[in-house]
Amino acid sequence: MDGPFFTAIGLILGADAGLLQIIGLSLRVTLTAVLVACAIGLPLGAALALARFPGRGAVIVLFNALMGLPPVVAGLVVYLMLSRAGPFGDLALLFTPEAMILAQTVLILPIVVSLTRSVVEDIWAEYREQLQSLGASRLRAVPTLLWDGRVSLLTGVLAGFGRASAEVGAVLIVGGNIAGHTRTMTTAITLETSRGNLGLAVALGIILLTLTLTLNALAWGAGQWARSRLG
Amino acid sequence: MTHTRRSTLLGFASGLAMLAALPASAQEFITVASTTSTENSGLFGHILPIFQQATGIEVRVVSQGTGQALETGRRGDADIVFVHARAQEEQFVAEGYGVQRFDVMYNDFVIVGPADDPAGVRATDSAAGAMAAIAAASAAFASRGDDSGTHSAEKRLWSAAGIAPAGEWYLSTGSGMGATLNTAAQVPAYALTDRGTWLSFQNRGPLEIVSEGDPVMFNPYGIILVNPERHAHVKAEQGQAFIDWIVSDAGQAAIASFTVGGEQLFFPSAQ
Repeated sequence: MDGPFFTAIGLILGADAGLLQIIGLSLRVTLTAVLVACAIGLPLGAALALARFPGRGAVIVLFNALMGLPPVVAGLVVYLMLSRAGPFGDLALLFTPEAMILAQTVLILPIVVSLTRSVVEDIWAEYREQLQSLGASRLRAVPTLLWDGRVSLLTGVLAGFGRASAEVGAVLIVGGNIAGHTRTMTTAITLETSRGNLGLAVALGIILLTLTLTLNALAWGAGQWARSRLG
Repeated sequence: MTHTRRSTLLGFASGLAMLAALPASAQEFITVASTTSTENSGLFGHILPIFQQATGIEVRVVSQGTGQALETGRRGDADIVFVHARAQEEQFVAEGYGVQRFDVMYNDFVIVGPADDPAGVRATDSAAGAMAAIAAASAAFASRGDDSGTHSAEKRLWSAAGIAPAGEWYLSTGSGMGATLNTAAQVPAYALTDRGTWLSFQNRGPLEIVSEGDPVMFNPYGIILVNPERHAHVKAEQGQAFIDWIVSDAGQAAIASFTVGGEQLFFPSAQ
């Protein structure tokens, strides 16, 4: 009875304070990053779908490409920015949860922007004449378009959440994996692996997957509920 | 949007905002850049609570390879570096990045390898002899390859044996001690490791200690305050308090009392 699965159940039932703190921090960092990325990415993506300006194609390609930005590179760039020797060193943000939020926002933003752009572009193509006949300008149409595409957009937001909650490269560099302060689920898994505690590492992985699964189920359920309410 | 749904959304958003605004601990803290060997072995988990209880100062440890830890200090991202690569530490101080180096403790390096010992390392009587036997047999050897203190020690052993290791048998993992041991256990390969990480390492597979005890395997740790003249934000007072404590009788006793499986891992050496 000492497989990783039972270790995971034991950890959860034990409600170990250290583990709860790590789970809480992971959720706080990733959910905040998702929120910030949406606050910036949804309007930006919609604007990119509707606006016409020189170089628009290049910007779209850039955001599409940044979806493949390796987390460790995002982490390194944020590290160099926030380091005391870097341009924003005076903020003293390196090795804090805020630095991890920033790094994960950089990772999620391209996904939200690209997906929003694609979704809004499709809806705009479909309803353009209707909306324009109602007198809606491109700008005024943005909230309607975003609301109309909410189910597709939710998938993009979940993809962003998945990317952030699964990555270790960025949070390890900018957070430093400090016990009780910047240790997340993924950096704890990395640490336990390096200590040869493979069973504990897998158990933590099972807990992380369970959390991700729960959040996705909630989001899917909310989507279904909204659909049935609105018909 | 109906009223209830709007307030649900608002509640959700403000809940997230509260999550984001959870207060960071207000107490004073210092940041220590140290090595994976001290963190992975569990030493910090043992001694830091004792220090915090005595002084109220929280110590936040970022564990990296020695090369990266010194770079963190050079950039001013830590108040203290606590590492094990004497030559690099002295250079760090000489270049003005650190104030002064203090001896803290030592442990030693051991060579681990497959229990059946294909290179006949057990028959050798020195660390350099062991490395020579491994190279002569072209037996797999997993190297840190990451500029860490352990990697520096390994390079010194190769040069003492008059060997420039290269070839398919020489595996440069470019990763930490634990990851390198995980690799060595799978290949299986020989590897140089500090005793502390080895004793607390759980995934040994077929590996055993095959060479130990040569005085050149002695592995001293030093602690250095990052120079406040170079980085004005360095918490010199609290940092110095930590250094004073760790070289004091109380700090040295805390280090000596840390054991894994009944075996002492680090030996106090402050003067």
